[in-house]
Amino acid sequence: MSTTTPATVDTSVRSVPVTRLVGVELRKMFDTRSGFWLMASIGIIALLATIGVIAFVPPESLSYGIFGSAFGVPMNILLPVVAILAVTSEWSQRTGLVTFTLVPHRGAVVLSKFLAVIAAGVMAMLVVLAVGALGNLVGSGIRGVSPQWDLSLEDFLLLLLGNVLSMLIGFMLGILIRNSAAAIVAYFVYSFVVPTIFGVLSALPATKDWFGDIQPWIDVNSAIGQLFDQPTAKDWAHLLVSSIPWFFLPMGLGIWRVLRAEVK
Amino acid sequence: MITVQNLSKSYGGFRAVDDVSFQCRPGSVTGFLGPNGAGKSTTMRIIAGLTIQDSGQAHVSGVRYQDIPNPGTQIGVLLDASAQHAGRSGREILTIGARTMGLPMSRVDEMLELVSLTPAEAKRKVRNYSLGMRQRLGIAHALLGDPKILMLDEPANGLDPAGIHWMRSLLREYANRGGTVLLSSHLLHEVQIIADELIVIGNGRIVAQGTKDELLQSAGTFVRAGDPAALTNALTAAGLTTNVSGEGLSVDATPEQVGQAAAAAGVALVELRPADGAGLEEMFLQLTAPNQRDQFPNGVPA
Repeated sequence: MSTTTPATVDTSVRSVPVTRLVGVELRKMFDTRSGFWLMASIGIIALLATIGVIAFVPPESLSYGIFGSAFGVPMNILLPVVAILAVTSEWSQRTGLVTFTLVPHRGAVVLSKFLAVIAAGVMAMLVVLAVGALGNLVGSGIRGVSPQWDLSLEDFLLLLLGNVLSMLIGFMLGILIRNSAAAIVAYFVYSFVVPTIFGVLSALPATKDWFGDIQPWIDVNSAIGQLFDQPTAKDWAHLLVSSIPWFFLPMGLGIWRVLRAEVK
Repeated sequence: MITVQNLSKSYGGFRAVDDVSFQCRPGSVTGFLGPNGAGKSTTMRIIAGLTIQDSGQAHVSGVRYQDIPNPGTQIGVLLDASAQHAGRSGREILTIGARTMGLPMSRVDEMLELVSLTPAEAKRKVRNYSLGMRQRLGIAHALLGDPKILMLDEPANGLDPAGIHWMRSLLREYANRGGTVLLSSHLLHEVQIIADELIVIGNGRIVAQGTKDELLQSAGTFVRAGDPAALTNALTAAGLTTNVSGEGLSVDATPEQVGQAAAAAGVALVELRPADGAGLEEMFLQLTAPNQRDQFPNGVPA
């Protein structure tokens, strides 16, 4: 037993690298019962959707693209919830007390979560699309048609991007609201209620003229939707511009608050 | 070494921490004692960089907490044993900590063994842990990175008497190896068992600090004689302040002074000792009484 170990702080040791934190944050998405089943449900739902497509889609229309679009809605709901919980559990479950004590640079934690969410989204989509590919092969075999591979690499990447973007919206809402239930509700308002309101505005005779013109520039949901339908340069511009009020500004506000808020 | 200087923090108009200064030295266990809501946790959160103070400074060995690289390996912190994801197992929580700090996984097993969590218990979800098990897990987590400094908020809360004594020997040995320990408690007897330095806080202000012995001494002497009246006269004649305490007197002086005064007056004593335990308790109540929320100056209303 050394008698006089000086209790000093060594400022020369390496601080916690972000690469390590991304690994830890990814692990934290899977290592709870709820996290595990949420991730498992992505695979399970992909399987059910695949079976549904094989059973109900007429054989002549069976194609890989059909499987891809069958996953669209469930993934649009599940993946953002994964992202939301990755952020909000630090507050709802109060684990932030430990997380931000081990890594006092909150910006590094937020960045790691951001990267982990993207990684999880990409991995989930790869699993889902692999299930779809398998479904396409098996389904075509069962229905006696030759498998149609109508998804180009570009389509594939856009599908990936679209789903990751909806996940990032969940991430943003998590950062902004920091409460699991409220952030999930906010996500549903954001991606289902707001588009309905916009749809009404663009259809009403009183508003459709002026609103129809500006809608593409302020409707981030429709801008993301355009990604799945041969986006043009203008569509990309719509996405970028509409993301400013719907993503970048609230994200900035949320991060600003996370960096300053008291962790209790 | 933890150094806090003139730390203040208000919430709205409420001053949770009011000009607090203290120091925790290596080799000693410092007890941070105060009633609930006295400002202990807020002070500790400020030290750990989780709450930003209005004014004043908090340093760990001269460095701001935010500037400590990989802090888990240098200062072990336990702020709330229940602040863990209920759906994670104890082992998983330590694994996440070890991975964050970049430690070998063998540390997880070592720490589980140190705090006597069996492999079966470590596999259970924290949801099913008792408060005592959560505290043990929290201490294991704080010690994971083999830090030289420990800061524990209410670590003995929920431990049974055997657990409190286990913690005493654990922290005693840790301090003997040169470690610095700051631990808080709202229970005097816990701190009395575990700590050797005391900081007493009430309503955000430090009301007393010093070694346990010093604070015990300032609590005075208990003395009893066959002839209480003669004893009172003898002590008053010697210029000592006396108070009736049970069958004897509590005197604001050292046992030596009291003994000499009694001997000079020829009063035979039945009992003479430092007013320990009860004395410290009296001091704690006294020091914190004006700051207590629930006081009934006119007695408990019927």
